[in-house]
Amino acid sequence: MTEAVGIEHYLVVGAILFVLGVLGIFINRKNVIVILMSVELILLAVNINLVAFSAAKGDLVGQIFAMMVLTVAAAEAAIGLAILVIYYRGRGTIAVDDVNRMKG
Amino acid sequence: MIQTLAFYLFAGLVIASAVMVILSRNPVHSVLWLILAFFNAAGLMVLVGAEFIAMLLVIVYVGAVAVLFLFVVMMLDIDFAAMRAGFVKNFPLGIVVALILLAELGLGIGAYGAGGLELGASDEMAPVRDDVSNIASIGALLYDDYIILFEVAGIILLVAMIGAIVLTYREPKPGARGRQDIGKQISRRPEEATVLKNPEYGKGIEL
Repeated sequence: MTEAVGIEHYLVVGAILFVLGVLGIFINRKNVIVILMSVELILLAVNINLVAFSAAKGDLVGQIFAMMVLTVAAAEAAIGLAILVIYYRGRGTIAVDDVNRMKG
Repeated sequence: MIQTLAFYLFAGLVIASAVMVILSRNPVHSVLWLILAFFNAAGLMVLVGAEFIAMLLVIVYVGAVAVLFLFVVMMLDIDFAAMRAGFVKNFPLGIVVALILLAELGLGIGAYGAGGLELGASDEMAPVRDDVSNIASIGALLYDDYIILFEVAGIILLVAMIGAIVLTYREPKPGARGRQDIGKQISRRPEEATVLKNPEYGKGIEL
C-alpha cells in the first residue's frame, strides 16, 4: 500500500458500505430479497476491513479469515433463498410482515 | 498516483452501487448493482495485494451468489411495487440509525488514525513476503496451519447444500410421469424386458 492511500481510506469505504447495508435492511423492511442483499453488502464491508488490515499489518491470516467469511456468506445466501422459495410456495407472497405465522 | 486514482474510482463505484442496491425499485436492478459492487470491491482488494481474495470474490459472489439471487428474483412472481409500501415510513428511522452508526465508526477510524488505538504488532505467524506470490503463500498457510479450518469450511458448505436441497425438495405425486421407483427398476429381468420377434416380410409386428 502506498502512502497516498492509507489503511484509513479502506476502513472508511468499509464503514460506509456497512452503514449502507444496515440502512438497506431498515428501509426495505418488506422485501426479504433486498434484505438478504443488504446482508451480503455488510459481509462485503467486513471482508474489505479484514483484507485492508491484513495488508497493512503484513499478516496473511486476515485473508484466510476473509475466506471463511466468504464461505459462510455463500452458505447463508443458499439457505436463505431456499427458505424464501418454500415460504413463497406456501403463501404466494414474500411479505415479511406476517412471517411470525410460521411459528408452529 | 495511478494507484490513488484507481482507489478512488473503485471506492466511489462500490459505494455508488451499494446505494443503488438498497434504493432500486426493481430487485433485478438491485442484483445487477450488487454485481457491480462486488466487482469494484474485488478491484479494491487487488490494489492492496490480495489477488486471491479478489478472484474468490468474483467467482463466489458474482458467479454463484449473485446469479442465485437473480434466479430467485426472476423465478418468484412477486408484485414488487406493493413491497415499496412503508419505504417512506421507515426511512427517517433508518437514516437516524445509519448516521449514528456512521458517526461511531468514524470515531473508531479517527481514533485509529490518530494513533489512539494500539492494535499490537503482527506476531509474524504468516508474514507477507515479496518473493512469494499471494496465492502461493495463502495456499501454504491454508494447508499447513489452517487445514482444520479449511475442512470445517467444507463441512459448512456441504451442510448448506444438503439443507437447501432438503428444504426445497418436493415429493412428486404418486403415479406422476417421470417418477422413479427404484425397487421396480432393479427387480426388472432381461427376459421380461425384451422380446424377440421375427416378422414376415412386408408385415408389421404387434407388440
